[in-house]
Amino acid sequence: MSDVQERAAPTTRRIPAPGRNLESKPFWDAAQDGKFLIKRCTACGEPHWYPRTMCPFCYSTETVWEESPGTGQIYTFSVMRRNTPVPYAIGYVTLDEGVSLLTNFIDCDFETLKIGQRVKIKWSPTENGPPVFTFTTA
Amino acid sequence: MSIKGKAYAVGVYEHPLRDIPDRSTAQVHAEVAKGALEDAGLSFSDVDAYFCAGDSPGFGAMSMADYMGLKLKHMDSTETGGSSYIVHAGHAAEAIAAGKCKIALITLAGRPLGSRTGYGEPRERGERFRMAPQGGAGGGVNEVPEAGFENIWGGTTHNTYGMCAMRHMHDYGTTSEQLAWIKVAASHHAQWNEHAMLREVVTVEDVVNSPMIADPLHRLDCCVITDGGGAVILAPPEVAKSLKRPLVKVIGHGEAPKGPRGGKDLDLTFSGAAWSGPPAWEEAGIKPSDIKYASIYDSFTITVLMQLEDLGFCKKGEGGKFVADGNLISGVGKLPFNTDGGGLCNNHPTNRGGITKIIEAVRQARGEAHPKVQVPNCDLVIAHGTGGSLGTRHGAGTLIMERE
Repeated sequence: MSDVQERAAPTTRRIPAPGRNLESKPFWDAAQDGKFLIKRCTACGEPHWYPRTMCPFCYSTETVWEESPGTGQIYTFSVMRRNTPVPYAIGYVTLDEGVSLLTNFIDCDFETLKIGQRVKIKWSPTENGPPVFTFTTA
Repeated sequence: MSIKGKAYAVGVYEHPLRDIPDRSTAQVHAEVAKGALEDAGLSFSDVDAYFCAGDSPGFGAMSMADYMGLKLKHMDSTETGGSSYIVHAGHAAEAIAAGKCKIALITLAGRPLGSRTGYGEPRERGERFRMAPQGGAGGGVNEVPEAGFENIWGGTTHNTYGMCAMRHMHDYGTTSEQLAWIKVAASHHAQWNEHAMLREVVTVEDVVNSPMIADPLHRLDCCVITDGGGAVILAPPEVAKSLKRPLVKVIGHGEAPKGPRGGKDLDLTFSGAAWSGPPAWEEAGIKPSDIKYASIYDSFTITVLMQLEDLGFCKKGEGGKFVADGNLISGVGKLPFNTDGGGLCNNHPTNRGGITKIIEAVRQARGEAHPKVQVPNCDLVIAHGTGGSLGTRHGAGTLIMERE
């Protein structure tokens, strides 16, 4: 990191490296290549989130990885304003595939965020880890 | 009640592998669960009780319950080391004998050899994250199944409950002023409690003009942070009747975990109380309108509002109207709540308020609450709690008591 970056005030929340295990490894390996994967069950056809080997709806283990365009809308959000170096927006996005995930909204005006607003994936770097699936307004 | 003859072991399964380098710990828990269910000729959808100990990754029983898509009426994560599962079998028999559940699942799984691959246990504990404490021996934070996907977003109690409030406002038109009435009622009660951390009576304006912490929750929508504690003793009828205290008995109980449930049909506007309440009411044989006093977990104002709706004190979405205009103030409204001042004003020992909810409900049932807040003829009381986060995964517990 350069001196300039060290002196600059942070403007976005620093995101820690995500915990990874053998079940989630394919997701994070794909994330390194900029691919956003979700899991879908081939027995009942339902997608789910977060990705599991076993479908939480029909309990089949016939689940497969599927690339998602990472588009959807805001289900809810909250802007954290205290006890943080910089305000940040946490929220749930309902993907167009129909499943909802927890994320952060970045590179957008927090004061105009709205439930139902269209958003798209925008990867964010982490410290010593793979990029993570943040979202920005579409 | 004896458990003799009240429960049978109908399915068992032992994992065939002794070295499992290629799976997560959660995956192995699910595999043994599936094996035992298949042995019994049952399915995951039949399971209504889940028991696990410290080897289970994540937050008590809740992470694995959510991982496996279980819909539960009973859960237990008693930890006694290697004997835990024998203890669980006894607890399961008790629960079955009491009619609390029918199909109880107990799992044990772990992968101590997996550290060779860099993806096993034991490993470094990593960042301790307050929304999802890791289990005991159940591996580091990496083995908590939801951790990598959820624990990186800066989720705190404030903003995850804030997300619930935001959506409740969107769907039902609930307002900050309505939420503020909950704090106002708690403060009216706390003024009489000499031990309360905050004894000053506040107004709706005070609440909505306090600093925004996590939209749409203001500082005065949040509970206090305190030290402290509490204890409760339960005993059988013959002991209770030999003692010199008023007789207050448990007449109904319910419990349920709620999580994002695979991300399908996410609904953050209701809590696990919608599932823990009905069996408790049924067991007690009473309805919400019979209740004279309610201890309702008040980590935040929104917590109270959602739980009141989910327990049936008002219709879903009408909690805002229900709590307004002092309806929760003892002597003023229809449903006196948290007459000790609750978590919002009195205390919230080590960020856990369940036991103080039971204690004030017992005081009310005994007629031993502060005279300024004592409910007359308070024979039926409820204590309800939410642990964890309304916005991610939480456990609901409902207890209904009656004074003889």
